[in-house]
Amino acid sequence: MARQFPREELFAPGHRGCAGCGAAIVARLALKAAGKNTIVANATGCLEVMTTPYPETAWRVPWMHVAFENAAAVASGIEAAVKSLKRKRGLYEGEKVNVIAFGGDGGTADIGFQALSGAMERGHDMVYIMYDNEAYMNTGVQRSGSTPFMASTTTSPAGSVIRGENRPKKNMPMIMAAHGIPYVATASISYPEDFMNKVKKACEIDGPAFIQILQPCTTGWGYPASKTVELGRLAVKAGIWPLYEIENGEYRVTYKPSKRISIEEYLKTQKRYRHLTEEDVEEMQQLIDHKCQEMGI
Amino acid sequence: MQNVKVITGTSAAAEAAKLADVDVIAAYPITPQTTSVEKLADFVANGELNAEYIKVESEHSAISACVGASATGARTFTATSSQGLALMHEILFAAAGMRMPIVMMNANRALSAPINIWNDQQDSISQRDTGWIQLYAENNQETLDLIIQAFKIAENENVLLPIMVNLDGFILTHTVEPVEIPEKEKVLNFVGQYEPKHAYLRPEKPMTQGALGDPEWYMETRYDVQQAQDNALKVIEEVHDKFAEKFGRAYGNGLIETYNTEKAETVLITMGSLCGTIKDVIDELKAEGKEYGLLKIISYRPLPTEQIKEALKGTKNIAILDKDISLGLNKGALFTDVAPFLEAKTANYIVGLGGRDIKKAHIKEIIEHVEKEAKDTETKWIGLKE
Ligand SMILES: Cc1ncc(C[n+]2csc(CCOP(=O)(O)OP(=O)(O)O)c2C)c(N)n1
Ligand code: SF4
Repeated sequence: MARQFPREELFAPGHRGCAGCGAAIVARLALKAAGKNTIVANATGCLEVMTTPYPETAWRVPWMHVAFENAAAVASGIEAAVKSLKRKRGLYEGEKVNVIAFGGDGGTADIGFQALSGAMERGHDMVYIMYDNEAYMNTGVQRSGSTPFMASTTTSPAGSVIRGENRPKKNMPMIMAAHGIPYVATASISYPEDFMNKVKKACEIDGPAFIQILQPCTTGWGYPASKTVELGRLAVKAGIWPLYEIENGEYRVTYKPSKRISIEEYLKTQKRYRHLTEEDVEEMQQLIDHKCQEMGI
Repeated sequence: MQNVKVITGTSAAAEAAKLADVDVIAAYPITPQTTSVEKLADFVANGELNAEYIKVESEHSAISACVGASATGARTFTATSSQGLALMHEILFAAAGMRMPIVMMNANRALSAPINIWNDQQDSISQRDTGWIQLYAENNQETLDLIIQAFKIAENENVLLPIMVNLDGFILTHTVEPVEIPEKEKVLNFVGQYEPKHAYLRPEKPMTQGALGDPEWYMETRYDVQQAQDNALKVIEEVHDKFAEKFGRAYGNGLIETYNTEKAETVLITMGSLCGTIKDVIDELKAEGKEYGLLKIISYRPLPTEQIKEALKGTKNIAILDKDISLGLNKGALFTDVAPFLEAKTANYIVGLGGRDIKKAHIKEIIEHVEKEAKDTETKWIGLKE
């Protein structure tokens, strides 16, 4: 299967991301799957900043950044322009141009939520990829609506009274599915084939597609740079990050761990959870068990 | 044969965008702009205009979509007003910094609070430093003519800046006037097809747009925008002259228009629809044997300082009328911009905020005041209740 994806790198090495950055893996894999005929809109955040310090760029496809909250709206304009120019001037004749928007969890689930919802509801033919490191990383590990329960960030710190983030993670894929769009999926950088297949499918489908990919972040999560891929895998194996897709309303698990590992095995690898007590871990385990049962994992 | 329609300012704006054959429109309603995007929606729905019409969920997304579309090489139009323009603020900088020749109609309206849908120019004035070119129309015909010219100015290689064409809310947006609609072919011929040489978002020629500009680079990009604004002064004049030649309508030199300034010792400066009222007052007073002048600013950004200075050589009293106010300084924007380089006695008059009616009697009061009583750099609010 993997051999169907080209060797060509459309995301160049030499960017300024942290060693072990998962966001770079997201971009690299996504472009491999989408191919050259792609235009990218990127929200403000780590991915944007680390890849384009002028006059350098890591992008070998046309790429645009405008602001933090509007990647989906910018992509809407790009898609509309491609359509209009195709119809009126015969540009891109017989070609499929993929329009991909990248946004972090903050740029997607929080400040960019309205623009995303609008773009999805309007049915633009685009792929929105939310790379989810579960915090605002570019401004230094603040909580977002996608930060998980009990994770410690600088704005949801664990103290003597409060145990980190006090709210559960916002369920973006289900919210997106409720928009009735043709394709919604979750992914992990540690399951590259699964992710690339999903990107490919999302590009081929006519209409809006949304993929949320869990992206371990060495700096925000607090783990050694060599462990990024391992952590991505642990999250899936522990059931905290189920891999599934919803195609035209049909829900399907795309990878089911043969045996789930305990949530503790995942949590103990990261500094953002080091304040948790045994009871906290137990509480978390119960929540995950319940969720996995619901999702058929 | 002339095609004259009796239409509102918003319809005139929509007609202009149609004549320029825009490729992408992104639109969100706000009074008193709404009727322009409704009209454009009709054009698209009836096949009169071949364009993508994006029904965005906010003005922030409207302008963001315009930036995306413009960067992909499409001729792009949007329209807004007041709170909508304020919501666009952040992206207005990006549109200018990234050199997107978007054309936008803004229906001038006051900003909250208190909420007020009526006319003043605080909305566009507050966007003064975004890098956008700002033009102000006196009437509906000028609205149409300026929007057509705006595409040609914006897309000029030495400019490549977004342009905001402003018209006074309700006073123009909801008042019908006879407007001559030129032939589409003639307009297209004048504006030309948008063939961006700088079009970046093309897969066959990958380019990164909107990169991070650190202290090594940022200042130069701001300077580039300033130079483009400087270049625009000449381009606006040239485009105006060509337009006048082709369509037979002229507005001063395209940047400013003077009315009876040669004979007058006292001149009023302002922009927008108020100029019409002032011209009437000048005519009335002329009939009484008194000579007064008007200097109408069409291009507020770039501000043609040399032309203004030249036009007002020898003038003794200058009244600058602002439909906006810089709170905490108690001066209008036009005054703070223009007064420093004028040699005459200048006084500032704050008028018409939030749609407060400006009557001919007010204009006469201002003329009398600036001539006899005004102190240099004084500010006076006109029509204010005690
Ligand atoms: C309107 C606005 N508010 C705040 C910021 C500051 N800001 C830039 S990036 C960022 C966080 C980005 O977080 P996320 O979207 O999760 O992406 P990441 O940096 O984690 O990749 C913030 C708060 C901004 N650029 N614009
Ligand atoms: S902070 Fe996290 S997301 Fe940002 S560059 Fe570093 S590893 Fe990547």
